[in-house]
Amino acid sequence: MDSYKIVFSGSGGQGVITAAIVLAEAAVVYDKLHAVQAQSYGPEARGGATRSDVIISDEKINYPKVSSPNLLVCLTQEAYNKFSNIVMPGGMIITDPKYVVISKSDATQLELPMYDTVVEKVGNPICFNTCMLGVVVKISNMVKVESIIKVFESRMPQKFVEINIKALKVGMELVSK
Amino acid sequence: MKEKIKFVQGNEACVEGALYAGCNFFAGYPITPSTEIAELLAARLPQSGGKFIQMEDEIASMCAIIGASLTGSKTMTATSGPGFSLKQEAIGYAIMAEIPCVIANVQRGGPSTGTPTHVSQGDVMQARWGTHGDHAIVAMTASNIQDVFEITIEAFNIAETFRTPVILLFDEVVGHMREKLVIPEKEKLQVIERLRTSVPPGTDYHPYFPRKDGRLPMSDFGGEHRYNVTGLFHDMWGFPTDKPEIVHNLMRHLVDKIENDPKHICKTKQYFLEDAKTVLVSYGASARTALEIVNYSRMRDRKVGLLELQTIWPFPKEIVSKICNQAERVIVVEMNMGQVLELVRANVKNPEKVYLCNRYDGNLVNIDDVKNVLRVVEGRGI
Repeated sequence: MDSYKIVFSGSGGQGVITAAIVLAEAAVVYDKLHAVQAQSYGPEARGGATRSDVIISDEKINYPKVSSPNLLVCLTQEAYNKFSNIVMPGGMIITDPKYVVISKSDATQLELPMYDTVVEKVGNPICFNTCMLGVVVKISNMVKVESIIKVFESRMPQKFVEINIKALKVGMELVSK
Repeated sequence: MKEKIKFVQGNEACVEGALYAGCNFFAGYPITPSTEIAELLAARLPQSGGKFIQMEDEIASMCAIIGASLTGSKTMTATSGPGFSLKQEAIGYAIMAEIPCVIANVQRGGPSTGTPTHVSQGDVMQARWGTHGDHAIVAMTASNIQDVFEITIEAFNIAETFRTPVILLFDEVVGHMREKLVIPEKEKLQVIERLRTSVPPGTDYHPYFPRKDGRLPMSDFGGEHRYNVTGLFHDMWGFPTDKPEIVHNLMRHLVDKIENDPKHICKTKQYFLEDAKTVLVSYGASARTALEIVNYSRMRDRKVGLLELQTIWPFPKEIVSKICNQAERVIVVEMNMGQVLELVRANVKNPEKVYLCNRYDGNLVNIDDVKNVLRVVEGRGI
């Protein structure tokens, strides 16, 4: 297995860094893979372009940043404009048409109504990032769903676990469609 | 406690290392990118009977850990850039009064408030000469999360053994990136405890009278023995003196105890150096990029190796000199304008064969940066 590189991008407060941590932690703690998660952000507490890089591999990872990802998630137009050209040839960009108007790109682009679907099916927009994580889990196929759920269970208060599992599955189903 | 596997930031690994080493007092003033150290210790220390105090500023924090250490605690603080500048005077006091403590400086770009959320390794020389006067200092660093944990324990051990402040010179990338951490069972790794005096209460205790092995047993201040502590040059009772021979001897003692024991203090990691024609010298996050290039080069049959410094101060002169003199060329990979470069050049026979690959724009030195410098210095074109 080669290393698989993902860049999560969006705005501060959308939960892109949290989603990246959950994915990488699942890979390391439960799936016994190697993973590194790095992030970059500005001095703002909210807003501003946020980016989190995840590398998952079966070998030790040295350089922790991603220059050209297999998979890029952009949750804001600003993030899309800034990062859409870094995807590696044959890679994929995931966006939500509610927030991003896509332009031409050599990468495969997947527009999924993640926000509206999660609000409709789970009833809580706070799970937007978990729904996006479901999409990533399904497409990247690197980490077991059960491992993601174990991370939820170990990190979240019990009352939030259920709706997050629901949101995760909503995301995965969106891809299947 | 059984072995634990976690997925954590460098800053959290530093906290785990500190707790493993028995740290039971933290005073600090939060500052990016070191804040998580304070945040996590605020939660964790009270759980194990320790104390966390957020002070009014960085100067007070440094003074608080000195005082707490003197009364018997294992202490640390954490800071970055501007905060590290503010702590310098008190670090000098800890050196002079020989008080063990650990200062984590998770480096960001400077001078001044600089780039709070971006990486730098610009404090190498400040760690050495930030406080005034001749002195010796210990500064250590690490490039991955497991090493952050272990080097933090080592920092506490050295602080106790040599009665000295020890600086942990981490950087934003290592502080904030997440990776696997294995926390071993208690007692698997060596933890050095405070050496306390065996002088009975009510008897004269000389705080600065060394044992035969040179170590100075301590007595918890405010406890069984009365003694004086000062930042002035002092005699074996701790009282100020300006007698030239005492001043001279204390100066020698403060420097020699650190500089004369490089085997105990100087730690490096060595990769593919046996036959290396090109040696990369690096430390902290930049060493990760350097190691990536070593693996890349070896796959192409190019003889490139890496000397990773884990101890920056005292500078591991002998190791650097021995390894770099065997090589045809040396490239120092760092995130400043050449602070370790000059140290390497000063310790090799052919300083003109020591090159620099650096960045000081807030970004981690990347793979192409090193590849390009390597191509040029190996004469493979521009």
